[in-house]
Amino acid sequence: MGRPMQVARHWRHFREKYALIGGKCENGHVFFPKRPVCPVCGSRNVEEYQFSGKGKVVSWTIVRNPPSGFEYYKPYPLALVELEEGPVVLAQLTDVDPEEIHEGMEVEMVTRKVREFGEDGIILYSYKFRPVLK
Amino acid sequence: MEKPVIIGVGMVPVGEHWRISLRDMATEALLNAMDDAGIDKVDSLYVGNMASGSFIEQENLGALIADWAGLGNIPAVKIEAACGSGGAAVQEGAKAVMSGLEDVVAVVGVEKMTDAWPTDATRYLGYAADAEYELFHGASFVALNALVMRLYMKTYGYTEEDLAHFSVNAHRNGARNPYAMFKREITVDTVLKSPYVADPIKLFDAAPMCDGAAAVIITSKEKAKELGVPKDKMVELAGFWRAIDTVNLANREDFLTLKAAKVAAEKAYKMAGVTPKDIDFFEVHDAFTVMAALSLEALGVAEKGKGAILAKEGQIAIDGDYPIQTMGGLKSRGHPVGATGVYQTVEAALQLRGEAPEGIQVPDAEVGLTQNIGGTGSNITVNILRRV
Repeated sequence: MGRPMQVARHWRHFREKYALIGGKCENGHVFFPKRPVCPVCGSRNVEEYQFSGKGKVVSWTIVRNPPSGFEYYKPYPLALVELEEGPVVLAQLTDVDPEEIHEGMEVEMVTRKVREFGEDGIILYSYKFRPVLK
Repeated sequence: MEKPVIIGVGMVPVGEHWRISLRDMATEALLNAMDDAGIDKVDSLYVGNMASGSFIEQENLGALIADWAGLGNIPAVKIEAACGSGGAAVQEGAKAVMSGLEDVVAVVGVEKMTDAWPTDATRYLGYAADAEYELFHGASFVALNALVMRLYMKTYGYTEEDLAHFSVNAHRNGARNPYAMFKREITVDTVLKSPYVADPIKLFDAAPMCDGAAAVIITSKEKAKELGVPKDKMVELAGFWRAIDTVNLANREDFLTLKAAKVAAEKAYKMAGVTPKDIDFFEVHDAFTVMAALSLEALGVAEKGKGAILAKEGQIAIDGDYPIQTMGGLKSRGHPVGATGVYQTVEAALQLRGEAPEGIQVPDAEVGLTQNIGGTGSNITVNILRRV
């Protein structure tokens, strides 16, 4: 990991990872991530769809034994978040005390660092979700 | 179409095999199975394995193991379906025999996990998830199953204690299996007092990292007779199927239904001409306790949301109505991922031959079912075995 071509691999996903852009088919079904065939109706007529970034927590966990590359960040909360438009996404929760996380908690998307690949490697950023600021 | 039969089984004990390599483990299991069948050559080899490339930098396992075991210039390939690789390899072997193209087929499931650093091993297991949308965010495999477990408990009102009974049952049986990794009984308290790996999954809710290899020899009934295999040593692969679901858990229509298992089981039951009531024991994929519960529901043994009750009430014990994990399951026997499905097959065959160890033989077992999950339910195999 961390070799030059990793850049292209992650660059391909910038639109969804930075801006939460998914897909919408001709029949109005929205989904995340965008894919070539609508998972609901099978339509191949799919265009980009911008999600609002608002959602609520469906389920969550605290990762205590992470995969390599994430040791520095442990323990960290991970959740299934149902977006207000319907689809569910998996992401880390941020800016939150683990004790405060609960089912149905309203959250909003923010852009945060996910991990680094050493001193001269690339830095990955992506969507995470934080409790809605009141 | 004529159903194939298993005429030989072999395995090595599951454990942390620091002194044994993948190729030697696989070869030992394979030769044990060939000896058990009374044969010294096979027409082809199918290897069930999930991640040898990541764990030990070795791919091309078909050729490697066939070469190492001295099988000659036969066809040999690796079958990969994440943790469901073993069950899938058994099916590919069965299909080859049923097609008539191959007479006697060997299937070996093998995984060497302890040569890798633990956090790297956690990463490699994560390769079975969706790399861009799950592993990318730091999701370990345990974490994804933890999301399901919390939802299961919340939706149906279960506690961590309720699910712990699955581990207790697995260890009770595994303690009597000489091939099991953890040959000791535990209590509900053992599970509850173990540390969280990814809340609410605790160490004792989860299967261990380990090494292992198991093998079966599959042929037609006609060929088995020709080879002089006695009838009581034959076990029919009466029904089998597998199906997929979304790889990304977040994309699942219903987080608490193993749709792939449901589809595979329905087809396998139909092919075998049986219903869940006809099955004498189930080897389900309890990599995590919640997966045992969801599996029993998907297989039609329990109604949706009621799988955990069977564990709580003891119906999953050897003398219960629905014995599961008769030799310890993934939790106690161990879960060398790509090998697990073949271990399940070997164990089911031993049960049906009446050769299970004392205390864990299911009396008069006629039909058994094995269910092997790849991913968080994304690639599931169901095999039904029957005494001939």
